[in-house]
Amino acid sequence: MSVNAETEAADPQSADGREDIDAPPPGQSFGGYLLRKVGGALISLLMVVLLGFFAFRILPGDPVQKIARERQMSPEQMELLRAEYGLDKPLVVQFWDYLVGIFTGNLGTSYVYRQPVSQLIAEYAWPTLLLTGTAAILAIALGLWMGQLAAWKRGSLFDKLTTSTSLVFWSVPTFWLALLLLMIFAGRLQWLPTGGMVSPGVESGSLEYVVDVAKHLILPVITMTAVVYAQYLMVMRASLLGEMSADYLTTARAKGLREDDVRLKHAVPNALLPTVTLVFMHIGGLITGAVTVETVFSWPGLGKLTYEAISGPDLPLLQGTFVVFSSAIIIMNLLADLIYRQLDPRVRRA
Amino acid sequence: MAHSSTSQPSTSQPGASKTSQPGTSRTGPATASGPASPRALAWNRRLAAAQKNWKVFLEDRAGVAGGIVLILVVLVAAFAPLIADRSMLDVTQNLDQPRYAPPSAEHPLGTDNYGRELWARLVWGARVSLIVGLAATAMSMVIGTIMGMAAGHFSGLFGGLIMRIIDFFLVLPSLLLAIVLSSVLERGVLTIVIAIGITSWAGTARIVRAQTLSAESRLYIERAKVLGAGHWHIIRTHLLPAVMPLVLANTTLTVGSAIIAESTLAFLGLGDTTQQSWGTILKNAMDVSAATSGYWWYILTPGLAIVAVVLAFTLVGRAIEAIANPTLRSR
Repeated sequence: MSVNAETEAADPQSADGREDIDAPPPGQSFGGYLLRKVGGALISLLMVVLLGFFAFRILPGDPVQKIARERQMSPEQMELLRAEYGLDKPLVVQFWDYLVGIFTGNLGTSYVYRQPVSQLIAEYAWPTLLLTGTAAILAIALGLWMGQLAAWKRGSLFDKLTTSTSLVFWSVPTFWLALLLLMIFAGRLQWLPTGGMVSPGVESGSLEYVVDVAKHLILPVITMTAVVYAQYLMVMRASLLGEMSADYLTTARAKGLREDDVRLKHAVPNALLPTVTLVFMHIGGLITGAVTVETVFSWPGLGKLTYEAISGPDLPLLQGTFVVFSSAIIIMNLLADLIYRQLDPRVRRA
Repeated sequence: MAHSSTSQPSTSQPGASKTSQPGTSRTGPATASGPASPRALAWNRRLAAAQKNWKVFLEDRAGVAGGIVLILVVLVAAFAPLIADRSMLDVTQNLDQPRYAPPSAEHPLGTDNYGRELWARLVWGARVSLIVGLAATAMSMVIGTIMGMAAGHFSGLFGGLIMRIIDFFLVLPSLLLAIVLSSVLERGVLTIVIAIGITSWAGTARIVRAQTLSAESRLYIERAKVLGAGHWHIIRTHLLPAVMPLVLANTTLTVGSAIIAESTLAFLGLGDTTQQSWGTILKNAMDVSAATSGYWWYILTPGLAIVAVVLAFTLVGRAIEAIANPTLRSR
């Protein structure tokens, strides 16, 4: 969840994100920088892989016993299940199988679906990508735009309104907002479908299909955008406030530029740079928001798959979604770091 | 408000409780006549600073409003057994009650699918939400402070390793790991606390590390090092007081997100099913499709309760932060 969002947003010093942790020493070569970043990401990926294994094996609670508690099972059946999932082998052998599996794209078999986990994930990944992608683009555009306006008019009614709105949105649990929207627009007004991605009977590929998916997309996208845009807003606001007293703005005004030009052509581009890392960082929060939003709207994506894995409990599936989600986020952060260096000449040759 | 008032002195003068003995502090303010001891002087100064900070806090209207809401919720949670008898939550003892009764004079907030009064469930739910929120935050703060100070104080391989771990937890979305942890551990309130505590400390660690680094460069720490002070001495007597104000300000903000995390886990069905929690009520509401069946009261009030408490913690946290970090005040 967005635990650090508020502290980052409230502390203008940290507007430049994780720079205090990962600040590249000035003048470092691109090769060295690349090596350090990629190496760091690889270590993180390795930690995800390790966590994905040991969290499910070392921690107390035999997975088979857990399944047996939910439904009737004889000791023989439990033994059979243990053998089927390789739980009767020594831990080292299990770990080796797991490692080989990860590198060959084999994440085990789902207890509930009786299908390979990797196949399930591949199938459910696209709807999630569509949902989080749309929400991310909207949230970033809305948040950055409102954030720079709020900072420019600091102390104005607009600033106070947007800041307090984002505080409220920050305090709203994602799943509750989803339930509210579902209740109002799908339950009471019946303007929009209550869940799923496509209405039954609509042919795939037709224009009708696109419109139908778009209709199903509206409520989940609004929910995820509303929850995340506030964080972008606060980041952008803090970042632009940091630029407000810069000398180059005085120069621009002295040249006689219109105030809008000073803001959009001089201040905003500079304030935008430090937000890049944070924008990517919060995409992690967006993805976890997908778990509850997809659950409420029965959106057939990885989030709903995670929910089904929890309620199974379907441990191989949960392990698979955890590893895939986490790896995606780590890779996203690596990209952010690399893009940031390309965008900001000050980091490149300081 | 009692909570925030006691945290005020330590927010402003973190060393207060560490360096001044209780005995000298009580005599402190009374030594107006005659030469005051250094300790008494220091105590007087701290008292004055605390009073000033308290005044600043009272001027923050949003913070005061948040504080009042928190007092009310804490009272309700503490006296839950007196306000609503436990039997009101027992499904078997409410068989004669109407199910899904909308709010009315008889059922102020409506009833659920078992005929239980929603207001009684909300009152008892306040307990779990507050306890989990506070306990998980305490855990997160302790881990975050230790890791942050270690990353800032130690250099070389050890410090680098800790930084790597902080970075990892910072990037990894905490809810995902919390879901995994609470799925594999035994169901229960303690599991939820651990799952949230273990996954939410990285933000604090980052702030603490930055503060530690800036404190490390001060001359008084260099002096202590030259005089032969060990790691433990520097951390305990110099670094800890320097980072505590920020940690305390961060605490109140973290409680809010911990409460949201608790309700999210409960909503996903990972909570303690034997306990009432606001997230559990919303899970039950979703399980009976309350949203599409028109049982609006089943969804509205538990969510409003969460928003009110989280917002209250955030407002108080911002007010305290503005005191602990005066550069923010102008913004």
